[in-house]
Amino acid sequence: MTVHNLYIFDRNGSCLFYSEWNRKKQAGISKDEEFKLMYGMLFSIRSFVSKMSPQDMKDGFLSFQTSKYRLHYYETASGLKFVMNTDLSVSNARDTLQHIYSNLYVDLVVKNPLVPSCQPLDSELFGTRLDSFIRSLPYYSPRAA
Amino acid sequence: MSRQSNRTTDSKKMNSELFTLTYGALVTQLCKDYENDEEVNKQLDKMGYNIGVRLIEDFLARSSIGRCQDFRETADVIAKVAFKMYLGITPSVTNWSPGGDEFSLILENNPLADFVELPDNHSTLIYSNLLCGVLRGALEMVQMAVDVKFSQDSLRGDNVTEIRMKFIKRIEENLPAGEE
Repeated sequence: MTVHNLYIFDRNGSCLFYSEWNRKKQAGISKDEEFKLMYGMLFSIRSFVSKMSPQDMKDGFLSFQTSKYRLHYYETASGLKFVMNTDLSVSNARDTLQHIYSNLYVDLVVKNPLVPSCQPLDSELFGTRLDSFIRSLPYYSPRAA
Repeated sequence: MSRQSNRTTDSKKMNSELFTLTYGALVTQLCKDYENDEEVNKQLDKMGYNIGVRLIEDFLARSSIGRCQDFRETADVIAKVAFKMYLGITPSVTNWSPGGDEFSLILENNPLADFVELPDNHSTLIYSNLLCGVLRGALEMVQMAVDVKFSQDSLRGDNVTEIRMKFIKRIEENLPAGEE
């Protein structure tokens, strides 16, 4: 059980925040390229999912999994995108991502007038609070992975 | 419509008079700083816009409301949830245009203008114009371009206070430039 990493994208596709906890294999490209690749994939999945769906959807794309990890996706109505990779034992991280949005991001970033919107975050407070929140999750324990 | 929010911290409520008086002080200062009412209206709208683009995040996080399917639903959420949450009032939604792209919010009592009487030399001042900016900014962040203006204002002698909202277009989400 573990959390690998977390991305936050704004509505324009720039990566506001990235952090990793237990990531054994790096992508082998620059972080900037990785963010673009990730956002491009999310963008395509969203449009794919909405076109292929046989019914009208409420939430749309939620997650995907491979043999080794699961990617959890949460998008707010304002277009902020929260992406978290965990191992396969974490079946649903929606509440976690929602909590990060409403209790950490909104309180520490949006309500701080000194943090400019739509720019990469360098709020130390947000970083440390997020880190301790992730570490306190019941499914965070890199040793067991 | 408004599901139980999962936040527990925000139980503190502020005295609304403090808000009203602070707003009054802001408008007073703007009237001193700028020559004419038009400019004051513009500044209020601009400030409101900057508030709105941030306030929408607070609103979405607190109300857990998702994307609205149409403009009617948007109107309902604005009147019944948002105005209630931030100003403690529920304006009525009326005067729909036949195409469903325009409506009015009727404010029985405008909390921003509780203690206000406009002097004669400020007849073109739109006292609560901040609200227009807030609505415009917040809706822009959920991909809706909307025109917002006061069409009636009880401060200026009308019977009611009416905010007219006109849907302009849906803002499409684009892939960022430089993406292949």
